Formats: sequence, C-alpha cells, structure tokens
Amino acid sequence: MSDEAATLKKTPLNAVEHELGGKMVDFGGWELPVHFSGIIEEHAAVREHVGLFDVSHMGELTVKGPEALALLQRATCNDVSKLENGRAQYNGLLYPTAGFVDDIVIYQNAPDDFFIVVNASNSDKDYEWIADAAKGMDVDVRNVSADYAQLALQGPEAERLLQPMTGVDLASMKYYHFSTGTVDGVPAIVSRTGYTGEDGFEIYVAPSEGPRIMRKLIGAGAKPCGLGARDTLRLEAKMALYGNDIDETTTPLEAGLGWIVKVEKGDFFGRDVLQREKAEGPRRRLVGFEMVDRGIARHGYPIVDGSEEIGVVTSGTHSPTLKKAIGLAYLPLDKSVPGAEFMVLIRGKETRARVVPTPFYKRAK
Amino acid sequence: MTPEDSRYAKSHEYVHPEAGDTVVIGITDYAQKELGDVVFVELPAVGTELELGDEFGSIESVKAVSELFSPVTGEVIEINEALTDKPELVNTDPYGDGWMMKMRLSVPEEVDEMMTAEEYEEYVEKESGH
Repeated sequence: MSDEAATLKKTPLNAVEHELGGKMVDFGGWELPVHFSGIIEEHAAVREHVGLFDVSHMGELTVKGPEALALLQRATCNDVSKLENGRAQYNGLLYPTAGFVDDIVIYQNAPDDFFIVVNASNSDKDYEWIADAAKGMDVDVRNVSADYAQLALQGPEAERLLQPMTGVDLASMKYYHFSTGTVDGVPAIVSRTGYTGEDGFEIYVAPSEGPRIMRKLIGAGAKPCGLGARDTLRLEAKMALYGNDIDETTTPLEAGLGWIVKVEKGDFFGRDVLQREKAEGPRRRLVGFEMVDRGIARHGYPIVDGSEEIGVVTSGTHSPTLKKAIGLAYLPLDKSVPGAEFMVLIRGKETRARVVPTPFYKRAK
Repeated sequence: MTPEDSRYAKSHEYVHPEAGDTVVIGITDYAQKELGDVVFVELPAVGTELELGDEFGSIESVKAVSELFSPVTGEVIEINEALTDKPELVNTDPYGDGWMMKMRLSVPEEVDEMMTAEEYEEYVEKESGH
C-alpha cells in the first residue's frame, strides 16, 4: 500500500467493500468504491430493483437546546419552523452573500432537538460555521459524524427488502419522513430519503454494526453500488452536488432551488441578497442540457459565444437511463430557456448542446 | 490473458502486427477495466499522420474521459466504425471487436521497443500496487 492510500479516511464499511471487489478511489480524502460490477449495471439496479450505497462519509451534526430552532432559522434559508417531529427537510446553509456553505438535510426529533446531515467534505466547516453563529445562544452544537455508519438503500424494491429487517412501519412512512427504531435488532434511524431520484431509505446505525447490516442487505438482494452510479443517478434526477453545481459562489435562486428560499420567515444569512435577486431575477441559472454533437461535457468545461465565455458546465455524464450525454450548466438568464442551443468547449473544440427541461428522469409514482 | 502476439505501451495501448507494416491498435483489458463502462470513443480521420506519443483521440467512460496516445509513428489507414454505435465493444472485447484503428508504420522498429505481454503484465502489477 502506498503512503497516500494509508492516509485516506476509511468508513466503517471499508473492509466489506474490499471484500466485495469494489474499485476503491480517493473521494475527497475518503477511500470509497467508485463501482463494483460497473456503473451502468449498478445504475440500472437502482432504477429497476434495489441498490445499496455506503454513505458513511457524510457528516452528522446535532443542534439541541431552547434556541436550536432560532439558530437554524438564522443559519438556513428554508423555514425550519415548518418541520414536525419525524420529518426531514432539504435546506441551504448560507453565507451572508447567499452563497452556499453547504446543502443539508435537517431531521427534527423534537422542537429543540435536530439532527443534520451534511456533505462529507464540508462537515468540519459546517460545524464551525453553525457553532460560530450559535455564540451567545442557549444551544448545544455537536459534530457526531464519527458516531454513525450510513447506508442508502435505493430503488423500487427497497421497502420490500428492508421491511422484514425492521420494526419501523415503512409502508406508512412518507417521503422525507423518518423514524427511530431498530434494523436487524440494533438501534437505527431510518428515513425515506435519498440521492437517486428513486424511492428508498437511508439508515443510520452505530459504526460497529454497519458491516453486518451491509452484508445482510446485500444477502437479501441489494446490489452493492459505488460513487459512480450515485453520481449518474443524482444527476438524472437533477439533484445538486456541492462543489460541482453549488458552492460558496452560487445562490439557491441561481441553482433553481427557489423552493427552499423562504424570505418571509424572518431574517437569515443571505436574505437581503436573495430578496434583491427575487425582485430583479438572478443573473444566471442552472439548467439541464443534452449534447447535440457527440461528446460529454464535464465539470468545469467553458460555455462560449464566439470568443466570449458565457457560462460553465457544472456536471456532465452519460445518462445510463436516457443513453445520451447530459449535464448541468450555469447560463445567462436569456440563454437558459429550453430548446436554446449553446457551445461547450470540449478539449478546445466547440461542441453543440441544447437546454432541456429537468429533471432528466422522474420516477413513475 | 494478455495476448502474446501483440506489444504494449506504458499508456496501455496495444499494437497487434498484421501483414506487412500494418498494425491494429486498441487499449488493453487492464485499461478498459480501469475506465469502466465506455460510452464514446473519438478517433482520428483516416489519413491522419501520427507520431509516437501524439494524442490521437479520446475515450469517454461514464465516470471520466481519457486521452488516447499513439504508441507508434505512421498513418491511420482505417478506424473501427463499429465503435460509433457500440463503444461498449472496448469493454467486452478489447483485443478483438473493440479494436480502434489500423496504422501503416513508418518506423517499424518502434514496435520492437514496446513491452511484451509478460513485461506488460509485470508493469501493470507494479502500477496497480498489487
């Protein structure tokens, strides 16, 4: 093993992934499988049956105390007061510039007790940002990322596969709801959430229990899936990826996430900027596109109009479901209407692409 | 198994000698496994003159793009048109139907400098760290 590999962080499921023949890569400092049998096969398994992802690298924070809600209302753009016990909410943690610190999911255990799931590479930054915002408030913020193994069981057969292993009544659990209970006899949080555009669950258990649960789910028929399929699945569903589609320079309105911007809820970081942007319209917008010419436009490829650079590709791949090259890009507002064509520079060559409505894929209900 | 009747480049292309100065070029089984599902192969036009080490095209897998480098000097005399509709042939049959192009060598000695199957297998083992 090289020195570099030795310094990579490992999830509690790392040994199982090696056993299963996962092709391991460095993903933001974590050693994780990019695929097991192949991205296209794993992608199809999730769309048609059920797949299992190790997402233990994701971070978890807890925010508890009398002013927990007040803190989260100030630090995020969605209306946390709309949450109820047992519900989860997609939200944006924003800077005063309205750029993203991170995109997060907030789970409400009680009105003064929240569990927050954050992106792996942002977990320390998020913790510090929230803890800093909490100064002088009666609230306790903790980074509990090391306390959980997280598994994502995704696909139309997820409920059928998981139900025999848990006392949680999955049939009555709605999308973006969660419950605490047991999975295979051990304490677990189970939420009907995911990052694939498919039905499915995310399961949080103690790190020591992770490998056994993972083996059990795979033994019951879930196909082990890697980061590669996770990316193609989320992109087809137009779910944003922090660091690609959104970051500190992009606002939720630019990213097409206006539905998580609740300026009427009261003051929060970035509210002024978002109010202005709402009134005037954002300068640019994140749109879906497909390639007209052959080729795949990937993250960072410039979009040009003659000699002028007018936008940038933030994500791009071959869509296994649609069998064509798709992607997301920031374009000026007037060029962001479906049907509009534009040129992407792919290794120096102007290549035609066309704005299309999103999501690229929507599951049948 | 790595075919013993071909020679191999460090950039994971193979060169399979045919009659005269003609060779068939593609990427190795190891390379296709590293890339994963191939979805698009961009090849040069017939008639293109390439020198050893020139970038001659690119190969897109679902997860990434990789450049293709010519392991020899010569002229492209045929490209594998089948890859336009079936790029996955690179995965399923890299040494057979998944070939990429044929070239006429202008410096045939270059092929002798390339690795044998055995040398290539040793090289891959070292590179992948197993």
